[in-house]
Amino acid sequence: MPMDEIDRRIINTLQGSFPISDRPYREVAQKIGITEDNLLQRLECLLKNKILTRFGPMYDIQKLGGSFSLCAVRVPPDRFEEITRIVNEFPEVAHNYERDHEFNMWFVLATESAEQIAQTNQAIEEKTGLKVYNMPKLQEFFVGLHFQA
Amino acid sequence: MMDELDRQIITATQSGLPLVKEPYAVIARDLGIETKTVKLRLQAMLDNNQIRRIGAVPNHYKLGYKANAMSVWNVPDDKIGELGELLGALPFVSHCYERPRFLPEWPYNLFAMLHGKSREEVSEKVAQIVDLLGEHCAGYELLYSKQILKKTGLRLKEKD
Repeated sequence: MPMDEIDRRIINTLQGSFPISDRPYREVAQKIGITEDNLLQRLECLLKNKILTRFGPMYDIQKLGGSFSLCAVRVPPDRFEEITRIVNEFPEVAHNYERDHEFNMWFVLATESAEQIAQTNQAIEEKTGLKVYNMPKLQEFFVGLHFQA
Repeated sequence: MMDELDRQIITATQSGLPLVKEPYAVIARDLGIETKTVKLRLQAMLDNNQIRRIGAVPNHYKLGYKANAMSVWNVPDDKIGELGELLGALPFVSHCYERPRFLPEWPYNLFAMLHGKSREEVSEKVAQIVDLLGEHCAGYELLYSKQILKKTGLRLKEKD
């Protein structure tokens, strides 16, 4: 089912903030001009159809004492599927993207300690036989963007 | 930084907030604590920026943003603070970071994610960045994303 105007309003509104109150969906629904039940149904639909990838708190693992890192691998094209399977099996891998480049696999590790980043990369290197380029952020200049639906 | 209770709340919400009328009450009931406590803890984590925000993450492909490029730039290390701030302030940049180089195969130290509805749109944005960096740009590349292989976000393991 294609998105309609109300879906777009929901997506745009929920990229801002969400109340911490007893009936948060009711508050948001009122702002959008729909019923609480309708908002819940539509959210379920948007998630099921993968128009939204998730809905909830976005935790900053670094501020919680954990670590994040962006890692790159040059995967031989004929091994791409196999390597994807191996890498994705690690629960520490939060995102993984295929990119159009010799460095064709880029994944983000999210772990509870800095040591686990190195340990996970070492385990991935051992299982794949490929070098993992660990590129943690050294400075953050900006994060955030609102995708207009 | 994070005590056992925060950890339980994180574990209970990291894959998403329950889609029910009283989501915080449901989390509280599952954890055997008071709703008030869940709300206070979440608010505290928001205030400390341990939660960036509570909300929705759209799949930008499905919203029509089909051209998503990681642009990577080779700029002088002694200028990176200034240049990173410049790029980060552009309205079409969603993330901007300094990252380490791996010489000789990876000379790039400044990363900026660019999003557009077409590659032409992204190319125009790249041209703006080239202009902005001027003589400080010793090279750049665009790595378009071809496929999302995994996107689950943070997953803490449940403690035994």
